[in-house]
Amino acid sequence: MAAILPLTMPKFGLAMTEGMVAAWQKQPGETIRQGEEIADIETSKITSAYESPVSGKLRRQVLEAGTMAPVGALIGVVADDAVPDAEIDAFIADFQSRFAASQAEAGAEAAGPERVQTAQGTAQYLAAGPAEAPVILFIHGFGGDLNNWMFLQPALAENFRTIALDLPGHGGSTKQVPAPDAAGLAGFVLAAMDALGIPAAHLVGHSMGGAVALAMARANAERVLSLSLISPAGLGVEINRGYIEGFIEARRGKHLTPLLQSLFADPTLVGQDMVETVLRYKRLDGVEAALRAIASAQFPEGRQAASLRAVLDTPRTPAQVIWGMRDAIIPAAHAENLPAHVKVTLFDAAGHMAQMERPADTAERIASLAGGGI
Amino acid sequence: MSKKSFRQAINEALAQEMERDPRVVIMGEDIAGGLGAPGEDDAWGGVLGVTKGLVGKFGRERVLDTPITESGFIGAAAGAALRGLRPVAELMFVDFMGVCFDQIFNQAAKFRYMFGGKATTPLVIRTMFGAGFRAASQHSQCLYPIFTHIPGLKVVIPSSPYEAKGLLIQSIRDDDPVIFFEHKVMYDVEEEVPDEPYAIPFGEARFVREGDDVTIVAFGRMVSMASQAAEALAKEGVSCSVIDPRTASPLDLPTILESVRETGRLVLVDEASPRCNLATDISAQVAEQAFDALKAPIRMVSPPHTPVPFAPALEDEFVPNAEKIAAAVRSTMRAPSKQAAE
Repeated sequence: MAAILPLTMPKFGLAMTEGMVAAWQKQPGETIRQGEEIADIETSKITSAYESPVSGKLRRQVLEAGTMAPVGALIGVVADDAVPDAEIDAFIADFQSRFAASQAEAGAEAAGPERVQTAQGTAQYLAAGPAEAPVILFIHGFGGDLNNWMFLQPALAENFRTIALDLPGHGGSTKQVPAPDAAGLAGFVLAAMDALGIPAAHLVGHSMGGAVALAMARANAERVLSLSLISPAGLGVEINRGYIEGFIEARRGKHLTPLLQSLFADPTLVGQDMVETVLRYKRLDGVEAALRAIASAQFPEGRQAASLRAVLDTPRTPAQVIWGMRDAIIPAAHAENLPAHVKVTLFDAAGHMAQMERPADTAERIASLAGGGI
Repeated sequence: MSKKSFRQAINEALAQEMERDPRVVIMGEDIAGGLGAPGEDDAWGGVLGVTKGLVGKFGRERVLDTPITESGFIGAAAGAALRGLRPVAELMFVDFMGVCFDQIFNQAAKFRYMFGGKATTPLVIRTMFGAGFRAASQHSQCLYPIFTHIPGLKVVIPSSPYEAKGLLIQSIRDDDPVIFFEHKVMYDVEEEVPDEPYAIPFGEARFVREGDDVTIVAFGRMVSMASQAAEALAKEGVSCSVIDPRTASPLDLPTILESVRETGRLVLVDEASPRCNLATDISAQVAEQAFDALKAPIRMVSPPHTPVPFAPALEDEFVPNAEKIAAAVRSTMRAPSKQAAE
């Protein structure tokens, strides 16, 4: 039977409610494969490629480039040549009327970040997924926050209880950082796990958050089910000193923009809203002092202070390393010469933010190590 | 983070700075709740309720109701600032500043200079301004150009709740006298404002949006009008940058010049009377420093040179709006010969 498949506005992150088809990469009549980039979707935070969830022939572009639509809205239709145009028209009409009805019912109930008091101060986190499922805990990098996981947290929340945490000095967590080294931040993450009643979790650490995850595995291995490290700190000495110092100093958009662009292989991903969001974070009382304390504890003189490579020597905790080959902050060469039991994934077309530039592939690898699918 | 009104954002900034620094006191007419009778505490919170709740939190020692004598309490605030407190005085309507000009212009603004840099005057004067409130010509003016004229004063004009909180915190932490202008029509405007304290530095303009064809510079309430105009113009294929300088003094002229060098066209939007206002000031400085970059004459959108009318239909016509701004932008996009003929 000839099936008609809808392409709908994807949801990049839990906060996304609508998006715009910035540009179509495929024209009606072209054959598309699952996983192929078919359109650029622009949200208030970022522009990202939409990878087709299905294979087949693109028959219609329902939304023109430049049109905003809510998440779940019909943007295109895939069907093979056997399906007559009239059937596709009927499919679109039916989808639109049912979608309009469901939109009217849904209302506004998007879950936002929550805060919990821990033994080490307030922790902000964003939770998603079934409460009884195994826990995946995301730990962002220097200057980042829980929004860094927006593109892959929803996918992983299908089968896992996912918690994206703000480290101290970051996001909505306490700006007091009494112990700014990797071990100190690891202590904060453990305190947050205690407060949330999480005995053990699969850890996903990005950049400095990777070093924090390694420090947790070193000190409290029984609480770490697996380690997925994305462009992690802790595996070598080099780090982009200009980025760290520039990020602390930058108070204006024009200074911050090129720094944020250097995080990505594709600098056009950095929109004005992303820059403004980071500037707003940096203006909060206590943030600059916290960033300085963390940088001088972990990256003094532009070198990484802590070597945590030895944590990966024993195969006790399943571990993998994911790196963008075009990482301009921490060189991907740090993924070389790791023990054989550590799976290494290198992405050609990604920089320091593989979780944002290759979210589907990264999520798939995290789920696979954590023992489940997406 | 939650949605807060312009009024709540200002209240929260005051409360957080009073919490943080015991030297911060607030004073003004009716800001606590009337005549000091206990039953009336917090009943009032200033004429539009901005300081409501603060006397309950901080007590009458730090939240002072004053007599209706601006010359008296503004002078007292300036003296208190000189002696080590950090007073935030509320001067209800900026239209009433005339009775305390000496305290502001000759005293507060001059202390640092006259005492050879050995004195600081961390004084903030909060005041309401602007038309559109049906409050007639003695309660509707935009007198910030007068204060911008005086060396020694800093002049802040927030354009949104987020901006108001961060700029007021910066004002209170600043060691010089600051006049903080609150547009009275904006008190119920809401947006996301962080719960934590944060400070927005003075003299750093904000790009509200970035475009290629025309630079629009606007202050206070006019920023949202300019954004609406830019939105409408984008649909016509005209791409505008909208710049909110945030502070009239100090003024971030470098950012404006940089943008004009990119676009070659400048439209200035100022709700103040058209003679000697911020639009004429910026226009002159851009003409002097970036004349070679201009592809079209600079346009200024301001009200006519009259008192603010009381008749609602006339008041609505008086205030600059998105249509008038869009028309000015379009006029800069026409062929040079037509511009000359206008």
